[in-house]
Parts: sequence; structure tokens; C-alpha cells
Amino acid sequence: MSEAARPATDNPVEYIQHHLTNLQVGEGFWTFNLDTLVFGWLLAGLLVFISWRIGRHLSLDNPRGAQNVLEAILEFVDSQVKSTFPGHNPLIGPLALTVFLWVFLMNVMDLIPVDLLPKAAEYVGIHHLKVVPTTDPYTTLGMSLSVFALVIYYNIKVKGVAGYIKTFLFHPFGKWLMPVNFMMTAVEELAKPLSLGLRLFGNMFAGELVFLLIALLPWWILWVPGSLWAIFHILIITLQAFIFMILTIMYLTLAHQSLDEAH
Amino acid sequence: MNVTATLFGQMITFAVLVWFIHRFLWGPLTRLLAERTKRIADGLAAAERGTQELELAGKRSAEVLREGKQQAADIIAQAEKRALQIIEEAKHAAKAEGDRMIAGAKAEIAQEVSRAKEALRSQVSALAMAGAEKILRREVDAKAHADLLKAIQTEL
Repeated sequence: MSEAARPATDNPVEYIQHHLTNLQVGEGFWTFNLDTLVFGWLLAGLLVFISWRIGRHLSLDNPRGAQNVLEAILEFVDSQVKSTFPGHNPLIGPLALTVFLWVFLMNVMDLIPVDLLPKAAEYVGIHHLKVVPTTDPYTTLGMSLSVFALVIYYNIKVKGVAGYIKTFLFHPFGKWLMPVNFMMTAVEELAKPLSLGLRLFGNMFAGELVFLLIALLPWWILWVPGSLWAIFHILIITLQAFIFMILTIMYLTLAHQSLDEAH
Repeated sequence: MNVTATLFGQMITFAVLVWFIHRFLWGPLTRLLAERTKRIADGLAAAERGTQELELAGKRSAEVLREGKQQAADIIAQAEKRALQIIEEAKHAAKAEGDRMIAGAKAEIAQEVSRAKEALRSQVSALAMAGAEKILRREVDAKAHADLLKAIQTEL
């Protein structure tokens, strides 16, 4: 009997640890979490395919099917951007839309039964598989750090290098407490990408963990908490995607504020 | 947690995805939505304009109708007046013609009367002459009493 074929309840800790291990290749810096990357790419590819397919045949008078769905999502995202972001930046809308759609799709992977894809992978010789890319901090932090890079870029673009440094030095306590100001602002700024990435990661990781714990229950009761948690999780994955998007817009809005408006 | 290539892999994936969605979905779709918004606004404006024009046309048609009625009434009144005038003129003309004919007839009658009188007169004078001649056969010399005979002739 192979390790995977044994009933999970024999060794719950091992079962859960097994499920929470990434399919890793390489060492040190060149460590690739293949499952995270591949599923991220697959879902990104799905988005690319859909947007290419729909974006190529847009109908002005007679929108149908997927175009309606995408229009609704786009208008929703656009209204969020417009209500928060005062100026005009052609990047923020598509960025927010991408964040929402991609995070949502990656979160949706959480609703696939926890054992389905890992078991299938088991048969083709892959022993570890984590199918939800957002339960990997590399994904969530990768996105939040990308947003952080944009925040720094727009801060410097709007305020200038000197202006950006000034926001570190003169707030919140005025010029006599520069070191304290610098420390506080730095912590504040660094907390943004960290909290952004870790919030999503934490929620999805915890959700996955609960699914794993439910999977340990006997089969005749499993479907009750399983379906309940799955239904509740539909709310969570949408909400987390939405929160990530809103915070992305918020941080970029703050980055666009000039010196007088800041703080 | 270490900084690994996975992190950068996901960052690159994210960047490419943002670019792609910007290029192929957000751009065309926002343009489309803007165009649709514009079209709807245009349609509503056109409808508004159409309603106004309809109202104006209604007013104008009523005015034209009123004017037409007025003109027709004017024409009828004029025609009646003209008819009356024509009748009046005809009456006058008929009367004048009648008068003229009557006058002509009267003049002719008068002429006829005077001519008859003349003829009668000359016949009477000739008769008188003949009578007188018979009476005064010898005593009256036609030449000698020519003056007298002439006077009698004019008196008759």
C-alpha cells in the first residue's frame, strides 16, 4: 500500500502537511513552486484567452453571453476606481480588473475538492500538489509587491524624489522629529504590501486548512460541513478578491496625492 | 520564507496579465461602453428634438389651417360681393339699354308724327289751295296771290 492510498484519518497531521507542501524544484533563490506557477499561468492563460476572444468580437448593439458578464464586471470595477481615484490614469482600471479577475479565479480553485487534483497527480507520479495559487504567499506577495512598486513609482512621479523623501521626513510629527517620522512612515509604507499580500494568503490558507480538516471527517457526515463551508467560501473568495482590488486602488490613489493632500 | 524565483515568476505573470487585459479587454470594452453611452445620449437627445419638432409642426399646421380657412372665407365673401356687383351692373346696364331703346322708339315716333304732320299739312294746303282755286276760279290769279297762298300754307 502506497502512502497516498492509505485512508487519511490514519495520520491526520501527515495528511494535512502533505497537502500543504508545494511541488518544489530547485534550491535557494532558484526555488520554483511549480504548482503555484503552473496553476497561476493556467488561470492567467484562461483570462487571456477569454479576454482575447471576447475583446476581438465586441458587439455594440447586441452584446451577448460572456460580453455581458465582462461588461458588468468592468463597469463595477470602473465605478469603484472612479469613486476612489480622482484623476485619470489609464493603468489603474485594467490593473484593478486584472487583480479582481485573477485573484478570483485563483481563489475559485479552492472550491475544487481538496483531494481531487492531488490524487489525480498522484497517478502520474507527482507527489505534492497545491492547486490554489493564492494559498502560496509567493503569489499574493508577488502581486502586492508589484502594486508596491507601482505605488513607489507614482509617488516619485507625482511628488518628485525630493517630495517623496519629504513625506518620510516631515510627517506625521513635523520637522523636529525626523528620525521618528522616518521610522513611522517607513513602517506604514512597508506594512501596505505586507498586509495586502498576507491578508489574502491568510484567508485562503485558512480556508484550505478548514477544507482539509473537513476532509478528515467520516464520509457519511462529511458533506454537511463540506457544503456549508464551500457555500460560505464562495463569499470569502469573492470578498477577498474585491478587498485586494479596492486596496490596490486605495494605495495607488494615496500615491497620486500631492504633498499638500498627503496625510 | 525566502525570496525565490517563484515570487518573481508570479510578479512577471501578473505584469503580463495586466498588460494583456489592458490591451485586449479593458481598452476595447471601455471604448465600446463609452460609444454606447454616447449613442444612447444621442438617441435621447434626438427623441427630445423630435418631440419638440413635432410640437412645432403641430402648431404650424394649425396656423396654416386657420389661415387657409380665413382665406377661403375671404375669397367667398369677395366672390359674393363681386356677384352682387355683377348683378347690380347688369341691372344698371339693362335699365340703361331699356331707357335708350325707349328713347329711340319715342324719338322715332316723334319723327314719324312730325313727318305725318308734314305730309298732312302739305296735303291739307294742297287741298285748301285746290278748294280755294275752285272757289275763286277767276278772281284769283295764282301768280298774283302767291304770297297769300304761301302764308296760308305755312300757317297750316
